[in-house]
Amino acid sequence: MSLSHSRMPEGNPRPSCLPVLAESGLHEFFAEHEADSAAPGALALMLAAGSRDGAWLWVRHEPQGRETGLPYPSGLAELGLSPAAVLFFRAQDVASALQAGLEGARCAALGAVIIELRGEAKAYDLVASRRLSLAGRTCGVPVVMVRLGASPVPSAAHTRWQVRALPSRPLAAKAPGPPGFELSLLRARNGREGVLIHVEWDRDARQFIPRSPLGTDLPARRAAPVSGAVVPVPLHRPGAPDVWRHAG
Amino acid sequence: MLVEKARGARTIAALNAVAAGLGLRFGMTLAQGRALVPQLTTGEADADGDSRFLHTLAATCEIFTPLVALRGADGLILDITGCAHLFGGEREIGQAARGRLHRWGVQTQAAIAGTPEAAWAFARHKRGIIAQSGEEEALAKELPITALDQDRATTLALGRAGFQTLGDLANRPSNLLSARFGEGLASVLSRVLGREDIRITPLRPLPEVMAERHFPEPLGLMESLLATLERLAGDAMRALETRGIGGRAFEASFFRSDGMVRRIHIQTAQPTRDVASLMRLTRLKIDALADPLDPGFGFDALRLAVLRTEPLAELQPHLDGERSAAEGAQALADLVNRLVARFGHESVQRFVASDTHDPARAGGTAPWLSSAPSTWPALEPGQPPARPFTLFVHPQPIDVLAEVPDSPPLRFRWRRVLHEVMLAEGPERIAPEWWREGASTAPARDYYRVEDAKGHRFWVFRERLYGDTNASPRWFMHGLFA
Repeated sequence: MSLSHSRMPEGNPRPSCLPVLAESGLHEFFAEHEADSAAPGALALMLAAGSRDGAWLWVRHEPQGRETGLPYPSGLAELGLSPAAVLFFRAQDVASALQAGLEGARCAALGAVIIELRGEAKAYDLVASRRLSLAGRTCGVPVVMVRLGASPVPSAAHTRWQVRALPSRPLAAKAPGPPGFELSLLRARNGREGVLIHVEWDRDARQFIPRSPLGTDLPARRAAPVSGAVVPVPLHRPGAPDVWRHAG
Repeated sequence: MLVEKARGARTIAALNAVAAGLGLRFGMTLAQGRALVPQLTTGEADADGDSRFLHTLAATCEIFTPLVALRGADGLILDITGCAHLFGGEREIGQAARGRLHRWGVQTQAAIAGTPEAAWAFARHKRGIIAQSGEEEALAKELPITALDQDRATTLALGRAGFQTLGDLANRPSNLLSARFGEGLASVLSRVLGREDIRITPLRPLPEVMAERHFPEPLGLMESLLATLERLAGDAMRALETRGIGGRAFEASFFRSDGMVRRIHIQTAQPTRDVASLMRLTRLKIDALADPLDPGFGFDALRLAVLRTEPLAELQPHLDGERSAAEGAQALADLVNRLVARFGHESVQRFVASDTHDPARAGGTAPWLSSAPSTWPALEPGQPPARPFTLFVHPQPIDVLAEVPDSPPLRFRWRRVLHEVMLAEGPERIAPEWWREGASTAPARDYYRVEDAKGHRFWVFRERLYGDTNASPRWFMHGLFA
């Protein structure tokens, strides 16, 4: 699967089996479940590491720390991502998170901009997303908007993905293996909704390898990911009765 | 009249002219004072408030010279070397300084002399004098012994020895004075007499480069102020350029005509000599001020100081128009500058590592501008990540079902959701760092990496072992894996 390559990003694009960020502009990642909160942010950083050189601006809305914890540099390093390449921005509110993200999207020297917002964010509307998208396209910077505990609202994003953790391949003595993810494409500009991708992160090669969704067998490393058009998974809606209890 | 508590009694700390006329004296107890003047109005002395006020006055005086020092609890010393002619002469600068202080409602005594000690003595005993160079000694000889500003015992001892004026002391051999009263007295004496000079230690260090402008009439319009600042920035940047350096920290001081001083600090991620980018940052900073820059009746003067500099070489632009690594770094530095100017120094951070195995301290964040990049240990190939992607500042308690004594959880409940553990690895025992100062006496922790049926990966730990104590061990959630 591949998105249209209407405009290749500047810098050094690397071949990847997951060309999610091949196109600069705005992409949205939603977490399927609250326990998946760490997955979209990590996935965005992995994609950024796999697609372009340059530092990454990681904008995080402050209340995020209460629910999902604070970013842990050692954990970033353990994923094969360079913590030194991250400009970490602590936003006090949604408006400043969007402002900082916009500043980042206008800086062509950045590899990617990742904005994490928790909960419904009124300030992130059609206008704000259009601004981010335009700035990212003009400067060739991919912008990833990670939304946690929120349901999608109309936006100018190129693609909207739902991310969930995939059971990992067990290692010896039933130890959890490398992280696996399932991405389902909820919406895309070019109308390829329903694409489902299963990948595993190889921290040594700093790239994704395709895998089967079941997590028991190890597929051979193939050039193309396992993907196909399947029925999109209904999105988890936080408004519905939920057993999750918020921190604080 | 103000009173303070000294040596168990309430004594008079400060008094006005009327009170002094009634026979009250500094250092008298309040009871004595009440006996003299029954209807005495008193207030509590506020030493901290006085000190803050003196610092405000010192800031106000920086309009005359960047070298301002505090002297005692109520004095200011200004080093006006090379500054007087800008204000029309020594007499004029003295008058201007006193006038400026009077706007704050304080009474002043001032003097100008060749050394700070002499000026201090003249200000207190020969107010208003301007001692020309060479005449300090003659003038100082008329001063009483108290002008040396020594403690009571020394002053008393000098008086008992028959010394009334500095002139009596000046002709004595200084080794005799040193033998009796210590080296300090002799050097103070020679400084008051103008025989020896020392530099004052200014409150704020002298900036490396400075440009300033005084306005004949107070200026209130923000646009004209910024235009002036831009011209000053141009001057300062040219000075930097001739020295081959660039500024990392700038300070713009706005001297308001009523004596208030507002300072705006701008830090940059890389040394710069670019006026336009400095002005952009300044505007951002002014817009983001919580307490806006109120012109009041206008500003008297404007000063731009470069507080910190670093070598800066000229960049050679590429002929083929490609962006070089240096330009990329410059663009990144500009981004950091913009974000810091708008959202504050703390908002942009970098990840820093510290050499410890305590997970809470092993990795953290520090402000981008005041920290250096750190390196992380190399990874073992073929292994999954051993540390979580996010870490909770306070580990969250979880209810766990686990086999004794040290098996990973079978299932656990975190925030009301039950997780069935499918895969687990551990324990990894991490003991607290008992050798650290103020280390907690917390028990060692056994960490497990666990994965539930849906593929969510967690970092949980158990405090204590089963069977260690009567209390059953507690389990906590410490982080989330990607």
